[in-house]
Amino acid sequence: MSDTAQATIKETITDNDVVLFMKGTSSMPQCGFSSRIAGVLNFLNISWLDINVLDDENIRQGIKDFSDWPTIPQMYVKGEFVGGCDIITDMMLSGELDTLFETNDIKFDKAAADKVRQANS
Amino acid sequence: MAIDAIVIENLIKEAFPDAEVKVDGADGVHMSAIVASSQFAGKSMIAQHRMVFAALKGKMDGPNGELHALALTTKVKDV
Repeated sequence: MSDTAQATIKETITDNDVVLFMKGTSSMPQCGFSSRIAGVLNFLNISWLDINVLDDENIRQGIKDFSDWPTIPQMYVKGEFVGGCDIITDMMLSGELDTLFETNDIKFDKAAADKVRQANS
Repeated sequence: MAIDAIVIENLIKEAFPDAEVKVDGADGVHMSAIVASSQFAGKSMIAQHRMVFAALKGKMDGPNGELHALALTTKVKDV
């Protein structure tokens, strides 16, 4: 395990309110699971940071060690691991994601979130 | 490296003897699983998923992990 990678990850999630460790970037995701979460965050007009794990093998493995979670994407809000693709999708549809953002004072488009839920109901 | 759905199903059933398990995915690399177990009662979704990952005993770990992705749905089973 690279200590530098662990320090970089810790700093990144501390300095940025919403971070998604993903394969590819916000504008060009390279995996369906990463794409789905990036799509949700962008649709909700959230200000978030994309970290492309394909750019750095130390981060790619490091983030799995950091959270003890075997898959990517991984979303962090205010330094806390929230979940991967399935959990974020579930939270989106149940409204828990709205609550999480509201509790953490993170601006998002509530109407857009409602629209996603209507489309998936 | 690919893995058979039945291997995943057996590993999960080993860890959750009471569970109803349904594993799908033809390519053996991108799979989905639905697991319903009473062991999930009172656990957060993250905790429930971690329990299933633990049951897979490293099959998803790192570049050598046989399983690239497992779309996971966990449910609490009523007893």
